[in-house]
Amino acid sequence: MSFSTTKNNKHNNNLRNIIIYFLIFSWVFLAAFPFIWTFWGSFKVELDFFSIANWTNAITGKNTEQTYGSPFTFVGYHGAWVQEEFWKAFINTSLVCFFVVLTSLTIGTLGAYALSRSNYKYTFWLLIMALIFRSMPPITLVAGYLPPFFEWNLWGILPTTIIVLVSINQPFTLWMLHSFFQNIPKELDESAKVDGCSQYQAFGHVIVPVMWPGIITTGLFSFLLAYNDFAVTSMLLSDENRTMVPQIAAFLGTTYTEGNVMFAVAAVVSATVPLFILIMFFQTKIVSGLTQGAVKG
Amino acid sequence: MKHKTFFWFILPTFLAMFFFITLPIISVVIQSLHTPHENILITVENCDPFGCKKVTSIDHEATRDLKNEKPLGRFVGLDIYLDRGHLAFEQVKDHWNKSRDLVSFFSLISDLPFYKAIFFTLTFTFTVTPIMLVLGLLIALGVNSINKQLKGLIIFFSLLPMIVTPLIGSIILFWMIDSRGIVGNFLQLMFEDPNFSLKASTFLTWITLIVYGVWHAIPFSFIVFYAGLQTLPKDQIESAQIDGANTFQQTIHIIIPHIMPLITFVTLMQLMDNFRVFEPIIGFNAEAHATSLSWIIFNDLGGETRQLSAAATSSILTIFGIIILLIPVLIKTWKEFDFKK
Repeated sequence: MSFSTTKNNKHNNNLRNIIIYFLIFSWVFLAAFPFIWTFWGSFKVELDFFSIANWTNAITGKNTEQTYGSPFTFVGYHGAWVQEEFWKAFINTSLVCFFVVLTSLTIGTLGAYALSRSNYKYTFWLLIMALIFRSMPPITLVAGYLPPFFEWNLWGILPTTIIVLVSINQPFTLWMLHSFFQNIPKELDESAKVDGCSQYQAFGHVIVPVMWPGIITTGLFSFLLAYNDFAVTSMLLSDENRTMVPQIAAFLGTTYTEGNVMFAVAAVVSATVPLFILIMFFQTKIVSGLTQGAVKG
Repeated sequence: MKHKTFFWFILPTFLAMFFFITLPIISVVIQSLHTPHENILITVENCDPFGCKKVTSIDHEATRDLKNEKPLGRFVGLDIYLDRGHLAFEQVKDHWNKSRDLVSFFSLISDLPFYKAIFFTLTFTFTVTPIMLVLGLLIALGVNSINKQLKGLIIFFSLLPMIVTPLIGSIILFWMIDSRGIVGNFLQLMFEDPNFSLKASTFLTWITLIVYGVWHAIPFSFIVFYAGLQTLPKDQIESAQIDGANTFQQTIHIIIPHIMPLITFVTLMQLMDNFRVFEPIIGFNAEAHATSLSWIIFNDLGGETRQLSAAATSSILTIFGIIILLIPVLIKTWKEFDFKK
């Protein structure tokens, strides 16, 4: 009797394991395959990437080999980076991301520290305002930016966009850092103050040395918000100052008509690579950042 | 913390948010109540030997003066909110009177641009959110039960759909579902129809966008739930196993109640996130079949004719929608805040 139950259980377990592995591998496949496919295809000619004759051409690169003598070609990348000057967009994105992360973290750290060490009514209302601001789609603010930016000739340049992105990211940065600072015991700075430090000294000597894990995680998310933004950057930057994402959107229009789709494919892959590297190095940080807000409640 | 110290710490971030969020919102509200000036017309009587004619023309000077004097345009109150491009009260009333049943009423008002966008936005929000919750939980349960070495690699690939720029992610999928792309090719073979295209009909476009939305959102629920599963009460599970509960029963009675706070958290975040759906519509080039509230704002702002008033009105209506979705979160924050007694 007991023998047959274990056998039955074992059978069930096998079936369960098959279902679990099937589920996981289909998900990993669905998550990864589009990127691998597009990466592979970016070294082909259009006739292979978009194959009317036979989809295996996209893998073997039949037409690419006929045209260039090798199944791999950098023509798409050359076209995007050199001919269409995608390197400019890359530099603009780098500048925007660097300054957005730096400024966001600097002013966000000060603000979030204050919010985490104060529990007056106004602290609560500031946090609530930040929560509402955080949930608003940034595009809803753009109508408010355009008239003054045009009036004062601030439209189209990188510094304006950087300040706007910093401000839009502040609510998120504040909330994330606020919960990090709340995890740092208040007793630390209290005891420093008892020893005669001012609040500023307590922050500088006691909090700053222990805050870096939280800062790095928040910095990663600030970077992603700036890097991935399309709505604001495409509305606030002039054509020559475009960052990568709006530049790719602009490519789609022009390259389709000129038959240079592979330029767009190469640009898309180029813009994905930094994110790929980011996940490789900071996987655990990203995961902890995602769960941070949740675990706090 | 003393008020004065607090003030200096908070000042920079406060100024940034005040000048670039609060003031823009006020400006958006004001713009939504104004409309650009109409051109001032003047009528001049031109007399020549054959008689007198009245000629009406635009008085450029007066128009320019008026625009300089009142750059906001003329005040129209809630007119833009009620016009055909937004809430369209008159048309809605008209359709209501004309249509016999609710189905025909909805099909009539879904032709109005704003309602069309609301329908898609809500459909997207309320289909993607439950599907991503269920699939994310299933994957988290699965990954939790397999051996450790694979987990890092699985999480690495799982993060990709979420971390990669939404516009880029949707463009990549758009190329694959193109009739010359690999997925498009397979679908044509599967349906044995060489002309089958996901872009052809409204229904299929919506499905495509929803599938994209789920693909993009699963990593978030998966990661959060997976983290929650690491803190499961082991003794409870063991005693349930001893009592003969199977995997399904354990999931329903122990695991789900344990991670319920996380499910609430993910749901609330996702409702707000999906409500702003925008980039996939651009990436999938889907605006002929599906528009969203954010897309309407973007569309009004762009192009040669920047229709700021229309965009401002849509923005305010969108913010209202977000605040309604946000109310549960606000109540929760209120309850949890440690007020100074």
